[in-house]
Amino acid sequence: MNGNKLDWRAIRAVAERDLMIVRRSKNVLLPIILVPLLLLVIIPGAIGFLGSAMDVGSDIEDLERFLTMMPEPMKTQFEQYTENQTMVVFILVYTFAPMFLILPMMTASSIAAGSFAGEKERKTMEALLYTPTTDLELMTGKMLTAWIPAILVTLVGFVLYSVVVNVSAWQTMGRIFFPNAMWVVLILWLAPASAGLGLGTMVLVSSKVNTYQDAYQLGSMVVLPVILLILGQVGGVIYLNVTFVLAAGLLLWIVDATILWFAVKTFRRSEIIARL
Amino acid sequence: MTPNDIIIRTENLTRHFGDVVAVQDLTLDVLAGEVFGFLGHNGAGKTTTVRLLNGILGATSGAVEVLGLNPLTDGPALRRRTGVLTETPSLDDRLTANETLTVYGRLYGVDRGRLRTRVGELLEQFDLLDRGDDLVGGFSRGMRQRLALARTLLHDPEVIFLDEPTAGLDPVGRRAVHDLITELSRSGGRTIFMCTHDLAEAQKLCGRVGVMGQGALVALGTPEELAHSLQKGVRLEIELDERPGPTLLAPQTETPAPTSFRPTLTWDEVTHIASTWLPTRASIPGLIDTLVASGARIYGVKRQEPSLEDVYFALHDRREGIPPEEAPSPETSYEWQ
Repeated sequence: MNGNKLDWRAIRAVAERDLMIVRRSKNVLLPIILVPLLLLVIIPGAIGFLGSAMDVGSDIEDLERFLTMMPEPMKTQFEQYTENQTMVVFILVYTFAPMFLILPMMTASSIAAGSFAGEKERKTMEALLYTPTTDLELMTGKMLTAWIPAILVTLVGFVLYSVVVNVSAWQTMGRIFFPNAMWVVLILWLAPASAGLGLGTMVLVSSKVNTYQDAYQLGSMVVLPVILLILGQVGGVIYLNVTFVLAAGLLLWIVDATILWFAVKTFRRSEIIARL
Repeated sequence: MTPNDIIIRTENLTRHFGDVVAVQDLTLDVLAGEVFGFLGHNGAGKTTTVRLLNGILGATSGAVEVLGLNPLTDGPALRRRTGVLTETPSLDDRLTANETLTVYGRLYGVDRGRLRTRVGELLEQFDLLDRGDDLVGGFSRGMRQRLALARTLLHDPEVIFLDEPTAGLDPVGRRAVHDLITELSRSGGRTIFMCTHDLAEAQKLCGRVGVMGQGALVALGTPEELAHSLQKGVRLEIELDERPGPTLLAPQTETPAPTSFRPTLTWDEVTHIASTWLPTRASIPGLIDTLVASGARIYGVKRQEPSLEDVYFALHDRREGIPPEEAPSPETSYEWQ
């Protein structure tokens, strides 16, 4: 690596090359399309449509516990809802929010596993290493390959989700209730950081393993904090509000920057070629 | 750049991987416009050397300079001026030939306006024009090798590293690559550093060769110089109508006089070929005269100078501790009984 400024033409060439390969890789592309479709369209659509017919009775204790522990401003918001409306808002606005952390993370991880470890496995890395691109340019190009689709999936998914929940729950809610301010911060601030976490972890993992599968399996461990977040929210310990999302985003960006710093140190031609 | 300019220079270049010595004390100069053959068996250190020379691997110790640049600190600037054909083609199955060359053209900084024309030229030159929009996944091994060669030449590199350039090519493809290497060197003034197992190829194309063994350079020179260094004399094969007289055949029962030398012919009953080693080519007429005088009918005589292959195997045998084949001393005169 040298201290000269980055050659963005080369970075774009690396990113476009890898994106062309991703577009033609069914094992990478299918999960990126199908999982969001299931999680952001089909399941929330069904919940929205069934909202008016839902029998809240059996779950009322959980819901009441959730409402009691809620901060005051949120309590006020929920007080205006009927039981069915409360259930719809609880599920579609709060329970589903962590999906928008998992999806960008998954997308970035999956593409990065193919772009870093997968390239080693396919024995296509060596020719790239012989090009005049610097280590940093090569890594930046490959990281953009994973990060940009993750952001696109998040944004497109968010638009689709907004339409689906408002349309499907119209009968219950009788108005446009989604998104709220927390969601805007979540999508624009926390989700990109979540994609960065999946991506950075995968770059580090890929430097130690030589196959797509190994990288993906090891790198998937990064989803654990998000699962804790889901459990915390269902258990009434954590509430996703603007302040929490802003703070979580800040923490995640700091973690991302630390991982990125290590990734830059790890991504060395001489290290990669020695492992090929 | 003049033909005497040193393009590649290494001094005691060494690379270890843990306890494994990949390259040890390699000292070498390669001149401008030269086709330099780098020979050695698998694991001898050829590919590691190419990596060291292009700055994608750092040396454990020693000095290296290519085109006046330090590969490790000036890697990007150097790699703009070198082209490397890797041992495996290193092509992605999910890109077309056209896309492959276009992407690499951009990575090598080929001018935007020139790139499309250059890609077309290379596809045509390597007989891939009609397959330009096909995915590489559907290509034969030979087509992949041709595409990888085209990629190597995209940016008109001054120094070209070829790691087994004809591996997987059919005879026509091999000849085309041989012609290309000769053309690049003679007319194009390119310096070519070629790793190969194919000794006939090296003998045909290379002005000088270096032979690697267990990471070290064990021989360096022109193929002729190396052959001469073996001092094996001249091998002669004579096709006869029938087995020659017993006095000419091995094993000898009499010990030759110390000042005389009588060649030992080895007879092959199937091919009817008698073969022997002679001290020099000047010894040939005497042997032929003797055979004619003994009544033998000669259908053909074939003289073989030691080839690069002989050199290679002699060096290999020496390393393995195998005793060399007996050869006459060039100083010894011989007489016929």
